[in-house]
Amino acid sequence: MTADLGFWVLQTLNALQLSMLLFLLSVGLTVIFGLMHFVNLAHGSLYAFGAYMAASLAGVLGYWGGFLLAPLAVAALGAVLYFTLIRSQRRAGPMAQVLITFGLIFVAVDATRLIWGDLPIGIAVPAVFEGQLALLGVTYPIYRLFIIALGLAVLAVLTLVLTRTQVGAMIRAGVDNDQMAACLGINVERMFFLVFVVGCALAGLAGAVAAPVLSVTPDMGLQILIPTLIVIVIGGLGSLKGAVAGSLIFGFVQTFGAVLLPTFNSVLIYALLAAVLVIRPEGLLPAKG
Amino acid sequence: MLDLTDVSSGYGETQVLHGLSLRAAPGRVLAILGRNGAGKSTTLKTIMGLLPAKGGSVSFGGRKISGMTPFDIAKLGIAYVPETRDIFRSLTVRENLDLAARRFPCPNGGWTIDRVIELFPRLGERLQNGGDQLSGGEAQMLAIARGLLMNPRLLILDEPTEGLAPIIVRLIHDKLAELKHQGLSMVLVEQNFGFATSLADDVVLVSRGQVVWQGTSAAIRADTDLQHRWLGV
Repeated sequence: MTADLGFWVLQTLNALQLSMLLFLLSVGLTVIFGLMHFVNLAHGSLYAFGAYMAASLAGVLGYWGGFLLAPLAVAALGAVLYFTLIRSQRRAGPMAQVLITFGLIFVAVDATRLIWGDLPIGIAVPAVFEGQLALLGVTYPIYRLFIIALGLAVLAVLTLVLTRTQVGAMIRAGVDNDQMAACLGINVERMFFLVFVVGCALAGLAGAVAAPVLSVTPDMGLQILIPTLIVIVIGGLGSLKGAVAGSLIFGFVQTFGAVLLPTFNSVLIYALLAAVLVIRPEGLLPAKG
Repeated sequence: MLDLTDVSSGYGETQVLHGLSLRAAPGRVLAILGRNGAGKSTTLKTIMGLLPAKGGSVSFGGRKISGMTPFDIAKLGIAYVPETRDIFRSLTVRENLDLAARRFPCPNGGWTIDRVIELFPRLGERLQNGGDQLSGGEAQMLAIARGLLMNPRLLILDEPTEGLAPIIVRLIHDKLAELKHQGLSMVLVEQNFGFATSLADDVVLVSRGQVVWQGTSAAIRADTDLQHRWLGV
């Protein structure tokens, strides 16, 4: 089986699809951490909220209505969270932040149960991406190729914004040293808010695109949290490149591990995480600050 | 221009300044001198809003600034060059300069990127280099240049000569003297007595978080007992 080119192409595409989903989630979380030094364990819950919103809105407005509005709904929820909890806890230290956002996970799980029930919700793939595409000797669902393309497009836009614009330079300066950035007349509080809300919107986008390929369940946010945290620890906190590298490593190790070393698959990524923590505790490509 | 009245401040539970009062006059250079741990850097951080004043008040241009954020204080016209220089390592030299230049444009004869490169030509050669690729001297030039691009009414510098080679110390001295002659008000914290007193008009001596002497540069240069007692010079 492994000698067949089709096998490698198929698994590579699967790995890329998982990586891009993780990238959409981890990039927001890592930049929020790098800039605000805030540990938001509820980031996975925002992803679940995005998936539920996409599923609900798709029933009324069709897939694209959900795809466009779910990230905005999650961004709005993020704004409410920012003003009610995040801003006041920003200087409270990691223990208070972890406890509060961990508590938020349980609130989110129960809230989704109350609103949407316990049963998994399915959502149809949009008509334009239905079916399969023949590619390098394999047929692959077009929708999954769309997820890969969307992840790459978001990566390209974020890279351009961060490296070519004033706002991007301000965010990188803030990740390096937020106090010095403030001393140069940069409104870091406004920047924190902007980055937090955009990070939430990206988590919502990840939930919306994942909804048609995964079952939308109340605990989906909790399930994705550990992989997302592994991605940002392996990649290096606070860095876009780190989020890309961590997502690709996780996606490929998890996907190829499942088929090549099924017996060890459940421990492979944790062994890699432990190795990174021992050899490079700051992660593979950390922010420079 | 800058008044500190009975200011108390410190780090967490540790109080470093115990009712410190000083005044910096416009168009003059004030040096804050004292032994290690006397509270000199703490004074600058408190002025800049990086540490909260737990007692007393800081005012600038007649306006109370204690309690304001560093962002608001920077907007009022105080530029800070920290001891650690704090160059943004993931930004190029040009991006570091740009950040300040775009926020504080001054159309009529103010500082521009071209003008700070005229002042420090070395920066012109390093514009595309990363902030993490600079020598100590280059980082100090960039930190001062970045402060000037804010077109400040007051420039505050914390240990600008620390860790620099003598030739760079002379260069920094000459450039700061040039800025002084152009009328820029400065507050300077410095361990290098000769450097500080040759630049400053006025001097305050700080010990254990309080001002123990104030006078002119000429007066402290002439008083070796005073130097020995408070500075160990």
